[in-house]
Amino acid sequence: MAGPAKKFRPDQMGYYNKAEVSRVNYKPPLEDWMDTKPEFKIGNFIYPAKSKNLLYVGLPNPREWAPMDEDWKLPENWKEILLEGIAERLEKYRSFRLFMDICVRCGACADKCHFFIGGGDPKNMPVLRAELLRSVYRKHFTTAGKILGRMAGARDLTYDVVKEWFFYFFQCTECRRCSVFCPYGIDTAEITIIGRELLNLIGLNVNWVLEPVANCYRTGNHMGIQPHAYKEMTEFLLEDAEAITGVKIEPDFNRKGAEILFITPSGDIFGDPGTYTFMGYHILFHYLKSMGLDLTWSTYASEGGNFGLFTSHEMMKRLNAKMYAEAKRLGVKWILGGECGHMWRVINQYMGTMNGPADFLEEPVSPITGTKFENANSTKMVHICEFTADLIKHNKLKLDPSRNDHITATFHDSCNPARGMGFFEEPRYVIKSVCNKFYEMPENTIREQTFCCAGGSGLGTDEMMEMRLRGGLPRGNAVQYVHEKHGVDHLACICAIDRATLVTLCNYWAPQVTVTGTHEMVGNALILDGEQKRTTDLRGRPLKGMEEEADV
Amino acid sequence: MATIDFKGKTYEVDEDGFLAGGLADWDEGWVDYVKDIEGIPVVGDEHWKCVNFLQDYYKKNGIAPMVRIFSKVTGYPLKKIYELFPSGPGKGACKMAGLPKPTGCV
Repeated sequence: MAGPAKKFRPDQMGYYNKAEVSRVNYKPPLEDWMDTKPEFKIGNFIYPAKSKNLLYVGLPNPREWAPMDEDWKLPENWKEILLEGIAERLEKYRSFRLFMDICVRCGACADKCHFFIGGGDPKNMPVLRAELLRSVYRKHFTTAGKILGRMAGARDLTYDVVKEWFFYFFQCTECRRCSVFCPYGIDTAEITIIGRELLNLIGLNVNWVLEPVANCYRTGNHMGIQPHAYKEMTEFLLEDAEAITGVKIEPDFNRKGAEILFITPSGDIFGDPGTYTFMGYHILFHYLKSMGLDLTWSTYASEGGNFGLFTSHEMMKRLNAKMYAEAKRLGVKWILGGECGHMWRVINQYMGTMNGPADFLEEPVSPITGTKFENANSTKMVHICEFTADLIKHNKLKLDPSRNDHITATFHDSCNPARGMGFFEEPRYVIKSVCNKFYEMPENTIREQTFCCAGGSGLGTDEMMEMRLRGGLPRGNAVQYVHEKHGVDHLACICAIDRATLVTLCNYWAPQVTVTGTHEMVGNALILDGEQKRTTDLRGRPLKGMEEEADV
Repeated sequence: MATIDFKGKTYEVDEDGFLAGGLADWDEGWVDYVKDIEGIPVVGDEHWKCVNFLQDYYKKNGIAPMVRIFSKVTGYPLKKIYELFPSGPGKGACKMAGLPKPTGCV
């Protein structure tokens, strides 16, 4: 077997030979699963959270430690803390107790996880990943487990078990594909969520999650962008938009009395290709201004994402609070939310009761079409794709889909909007309205069965490269399939993590395919009053038939 | 924390090899060190233009600039930045300038 290319490091894509990664070994080890230990190596775990980030948000046990070291510098009473933590959560979350008790280990979920499909590690079968915690639950919280021990699938909570939890609960993206197939409806993501929450009690957390959390707590967004920088970055991107469209767009920040507050992930203002979606939002809002849209952006509620979800329920609540706080401060009527994945899980499943009721807000009504978004009555927050789809349905947008004729698109359902809120049609309707060439990936890889980008829930960092590539195989395979069959060259999505992580995934598994946001394509197609002849798309690439005229 | 000994100086670094103390610990010796590990033959004016801009931006904003601003202000397209810093704007240029690695949905 050829070894990895020497010039690459394990945190780089080029290190991993595609043919070797494609040959997945599904043969389980000979030993019983309780007797195997994970092998930590660069590529399959994430660096620990830096002390400064734990200190900033007041999380316990800030220190320097490394997963590859023997001693993880846990507090002396770590076992007591964890067992108390489990007991507390069994009382607090009925779902957790239920999920601990009812699994019959039928195995319906076993081959549904992208990390298992692409990696072959049996402990990445959702049933077994959950069993890592369930076995401890049996031993310490059930009579059968206490008496029968291992015979009843029970095991003591040991230092090695804690290490195993850390390894596998950070090899789950909480995408919930497994839960779609569970006959009992067990949501394995919730088990991972509790698992990570427990690990946080003793200071086991990863920097890729905790730095955004600390930044978000300090500045309102993951990137740590301060208000003056947010404004400058916006103006910079709008200068680019003006060069392409010929239309000057004035951004609007922190304006009291506006009707609508817009909140979107900060990844979209900072990183390509999200920046083009960011330009797309502004182009749309500018277009609607003369039709009565009264919308403002916040430099404080400047993050849609919430890495608190990947830390603990308490942290999720704390970080989410700014949305309603800012809506109240500005006195808006309702909130419009951008293209983000896990943000919508937090909003749709938790926000209304967690930080609500938002009785100071009103039922969202589109100022352009008069449509009442009754579905958003409890949260008062509407998804941008829903908003735009409604505009298109009412014929309110002048669109030239031929301006996306250089694009043959497919759509990646982001896990959380898909499985967390059943959001399937609106983004497709928008994409098909602005782009003439659209093809679906195979049906067992889209909609509620969508395959994860393998970098969600805070795993999208380079030191996790091997697992990201392996876990990306099912999605990458489906993308490559439509590329070969239909010439698909763009993978559209509605999530900022997707826009960051799918780029790597496509570069590896489907290298001719480019990742795009949905409102980037809207921005390409939307015909603005007084615009110049468009020769390029928002990325400065020539439009079809404009190759000669485009000044690129 | 890991340390790097280079030409008589010691630098604390994080797991990705970024300067742990940030700009406070940065000096020209660090530039020399990153030059070596990046395989950059000579640190020329173009490299310094990048390093100086990154540091100025960071001092003003507390974050690294987005790549498009970096590119526009220096006048170097992304391809050129990769020629100057083979590991790219983040793991090459920001590392040399003593900035932390950006995290989040990026």
